Amino acid sequence: MAVVYEKTKMLTDKPLHYCPGCTHGIIHRLVAEAIDELGIQGKTIGVAPVGCAVFAYDYFNCDMMEAAHGRAPAVATGCKRVNPGNIVFTYQGDGDLASIGAAEITHAAARNENITVIFVNNAIYGMTGGQMAPTTLPGQVTTTSPYGRDVNHCGYPIRISEMLATLEGPAYINRVSVHDVKNIMNAKKAIKRAFELQMQGKGFSLIEVLSTCPTNWGMTPKEALKWLEDNMIPQYPLGVKKERE
Amino acid sequence: MAKLTIAREVCKGCGLCIDACPKALLTLSSEINNRGYHPVAIAEQDKCIGCAFCARMCPDAVIKVEK
Repeated sequence: MAVVYEKTKMLTDKPLHYCPGCTHGIIHRLVAEAIDELGIQGKTIGVAPVGCAVFAYDYFNCDMMEAAHGRAPAVATGCKRVNPGNIVFTYQGDGDLASIGAAEITHAAARNENITVIFVNNAIYGMTGGQMAPTTLPGQVTTTSPYGRDVNHCGYPIRISEMLATLEGPAYINRVSVHDVKNIMNAKKAIKRAFELQMQGKGFSLIEVLSTCPTNWGMTPKEALKWLEDNMIPQYPLGVKKERE
Repeated sequence: MAKLTIAREVCKGCGLCIDACPKALLTLSSEINNRGYHPVAIAEQDKCIGCAFCARMCPDAVIKVEK
């Protein structure tokens, strides 16, 4: 019998600590599979964020570094500039990248640093208990917006991919989702493309992956995928936002 | 015929694979694993077509598919 699908060797055997049905696991797997398929496991350096994915260094089977909250693009810049032959990626959530790390990601993109950023957007702060994030949708109920996000008081959510796509620097910016198998396959293609561009020296690439947080959204994993499709995709349209020739 | 190998002790019983299966072959087991979850199980192995949708949907890489 031929193997159709099995867990990639780019992930360690350690069981993931994420809540049941959390799509962080799917995204970890896609990143690991892309690295495995490109044969760059031995020269890849990952930078883990602060947030639910803080233990990413335990799961990826390559060299990993931990950055202070939001500073992963700055740490990755250092890694890449000192070791230009290595492939460097960061894995960050929206509370990390879009809030406290907004300056770092903007300037890494503006400088066209030759790194790959995996940006996991679940519209909430997951690890700290479901508070409102910069990406929380208008009207979305969180622990710090119990009556729904009031845009007159808290402003509107930030579309990071569109914002960074206005810069001249970035080589490739794409927004994908993981709410069904078709979109998962598409997300993997986008992540692989981002790593390929880095290998070709084209510069900064960011893949925004829409993700769920069943626990803090107060839904079952199945309801959360449906909520993502019905509510997040209209707010955060999928597709390539920028691709430099 | 395809064969599924399920890592019972790693499964968190989220059920995403159950909805992904085009043949609706997967169910949550009535047994409980060591971590306190009902792991997924396949009732009729011989009806599996080996599409691996379940494995691609699984957040915990629990399922191995052979064909």
